[in-house]
Amino acid sequence: MSEVHAGGEPEVARVAVIATRGITKHFGTVQALRGVDLDVYAGEVVGLVGDNGAGKSTLVNILSGALQANDGSIFVDGKSVTFTSSLEARRAGIETVYQDLSLAPDLSVWANIFLGREQSVKGPLGWFHWLDRKAMARAAEADLERTRIRIGSVNSLAGRLSGGQRQAIAVGRAVAWGSRVILMDEPTAALGVEQQAKVGELVRSVSDQGVPILLISHNLPQIHALCDRVVVLFQGRVVADLRPNECSVEEIVSWITGASLAATAVTVGQLSRSGPQDGN
Amino acid sequence: MAIKLPAALSSTGTVSPNAGPEGEPPQRSAWLGAVDKVGDFWIVGVLVVMILVFGLDSPSHDLFTRASWLNTSQYAVEFLILAVGETFVILTGGIDLSVGAVLGFTGMVSGSVMQSMLSSHENSLFTTVVGFVVALALGSFIGFVNGYIITRLKLPPFIVTLGSLTAVGAAPALINGGNEISNLPSQISTLGSAAIANWVYYTVVVAAVVCIVMGLVLHRTRFGLRTYAVGSNNLGARRAGINVDAHLVKVYVISGFLGGLAGMMVMANFSVATPIAGQNDELNAIAAVVIGGASLFGGRGHMLGTVVGTFIIALLVTGLVLIGVSGSWQEVATGIIIVAAVAVDQVRLRLAER
Repeated sequence: MSEVHAGGEPEVARVAVIATRGITKHFGTVQALRGVDLDVYAGEVVGLVGDNGAGKSTLVNILSGALQANDGSIFVDGKSVTFTSSLEARRAGIETVYQDLSLAPDLSVWANIFLGREQSVKGPLGWFHWLDRKAMARAAEADLERTRIRIGSVNSLAGRLSGGQRQAIAVGRAVAWGSRVILMDEPTAALGVEQQAKVGELVRSVSDQGVPILLISHNLPQIHALCDRVVVLFQGRVVADLRPNECSVEEIVSWITGASLAATAVTVGQLSRSGPQDGN
Repeated sequence: MAIKLPAALSSTGTVSPNAGPEGEPPQRSAWLGAVDKVGDFWIVGVLVVMILVFGLDSPSHDLFTRASWLNTSQYAVEFLILAVGETFVILTGGIDLSVGAVLGFTGMVSGSVMQSMLSSHENSLFTTVVGFVVALALGSFIGFVNGYIITRLKLPPFIVTLGSLTAVGAAPALINGGNEISNLPSQISTLGSAAIANWVYYTVVVAAVVCIVMGLVLHRTRFGLRTYAVGSNNLGARRAGINVDAHLVKVYVISGFLGGLAGMMVMANFSVATPIAGQNDELNAIAAVVIGGASLFGGRGHMLGTVVGTFIIALLVTGLVLIGVSGSWQEVATGIIIVAAVAVDQVRLRLAER
C-alpha cells in the first residue's frame, strides 16, 4: 500500500491497470454517461460514488462487458479493448461482484465458483468429459481460505448459506479469477456491521496483493475509511477525484449532491467535461 | 422384486441439499436435521409402501409375479424415456408439453416410411435402422424448433410447446389416412416382445440405458451442471459466460430426441404405429418428474427422483388394476399423489430454510 502513495504523481510513471477515456452511454434519450475518464492503478482501492442515476452502475456494466458504450474506449494495461459480453471482460481479467451476487442457489459452493470455467477430466471412452469435482472442490476451498470467512463445506448449496457467507462466495470467486481488476457493486449492502467489516478487510488484503478494486457503495463512511481514492460521478460525469485522507465525508457528500460543483462553477467559472482529475 | 431403486437413490449424493455442516456450528434443531436427512428419499418410501400395499392387498399377491413386473416395466418404458428428457427441460425452469405429440407423430412418420420401404422389398433390418433414424431426427428437429422459438422470440416455453402439442398432435391423423400402420419390420415387434431371461424386455433395457447415460450426463458432466445453473439463476449463468440460449436449445433437442425414441418403443410394444400413441403422455412425464422432487421453477431435481416418480405412476396403474379398482380412480389417485408430493416437498423446503 505504501508504494501506491510513494510514487508521487502516477500518471507519468505508471500505466493504469484499467482506464477509460470519454465513455458515453445513452438509453434512448436518457444520457447516462457523458464522457467518463477513469484510471485505476495497481494496488488501489477506488471508490465510485454518486447519487442514484449518476451513472455508477452503467459504468460498471460497461467495464464488466454487460453493456456496450456508445462512444469512448477502455484500456487494460494501456491496451485498448472492447467487450461485447461479460465473458470477454472476464477473459481480460476483470471480475465483477454483482449487487445480487449472481450465485446459483441450487448449486454447491464450488460449482458456483467454477461455473463457466469448470474443470473436466477425460472419461474412459474419451468422448465423455467428467467434471473434476474433487479438484474443483479443493481449489474452491483454497480460494475461500483466502477470504477468511467461514463457509463450512464447499459442498453446501449456496442457497442454504447466510447472507454473509453468500457474499463471501461471490467475493471469493471474484478474487480467485480476477487477475487485473475487481469491480464490486454494493458488496456490503445486504450485510450486518460485523460482516461489512470483514468484507472491508478482504478488500484491503486483495488490493495489497496488487489487484485493484473499484468499489461502488452508498456507505460513505466505509468508502472514506477503505478507499485510496474516491471518484464522484454527477449526472454522467466525473466531477471529483478525492483522496479520503485529505477530505472529509461531508466533502464527498457535497460533490455527490452537486453543491461543490456549483460552488466551483461560480468561483472558477469552469463547468468542464471532466472533473478536476487530470489534464488529459 | 426387481425394483432396487431405494438403494440406488441413496447413492446419488450429487445434488443432495444437505448442507454438510462439517465443523459448522449446529444451527438447526435435531428434528429439522432429520427432515433434511430424509430429504429427497421420502418419495422412495412412498414407492416401497405402494409396492407393499398393492402386493399384499392383491389376491394371491399378484403384484409379486413375473407377469406383473413385465407389465409394469413395459408400461413404464415410454413414460420413463419422456420423463428423462422432461427432467432436463424442467431443471432449466422450462416445460415441454409437446413430448407426447412428438411420440405419436414420429411413430407414425417412421411407421409409414418403414411400410413403404418394406413394400418396395427393402431389407428388413435396414428398414428398421432407417425407421429409427427418421424418428430420432424428426423428434430432435421438433425439439430444435421449440427451443429456437423459445430462445429467439423469447416466448414462454409453456406457450411454445402448447402450440407444438396442438399442431404436432394433430398431424398423426393426417398420415396413412389416420389408420394404424401394422406392416412393420419383424425387428420392431421382436424389440417389443422379447425379454432377456424372460424378465427384462429389450425396451426396458433401452429405457434403462437412457436413464443411466442421461443421469451421468446430468450429474457428472459440465452440460448437466450448466443445466442446473441455467434454471437456478439464468442471469447469473449468462454472466458466468454460459451461452444460455444455445444450452436451452440443446435441452429441448434432447427432449424431442427422446420423444422420437419413445415413439419407436411404443411402436415396438404394440407392433403397430398408431395415431393415438402418446396422447396425454406429457402429463404423466411431467408428473413423474415433479413427484421425483423437481421444482417447476428450475434448478432442483434429479434423475433418480424421476425414475422413482415414473415407477410410482406406473405402479399406480397396474397396482390399482390388480386390487380391482377401476381406471378412472387411477387418474384420481395420480392427481392426488402429484399434489401431495409437491406439498410435502414445499413443507420440507420451508422447514429446511427456516
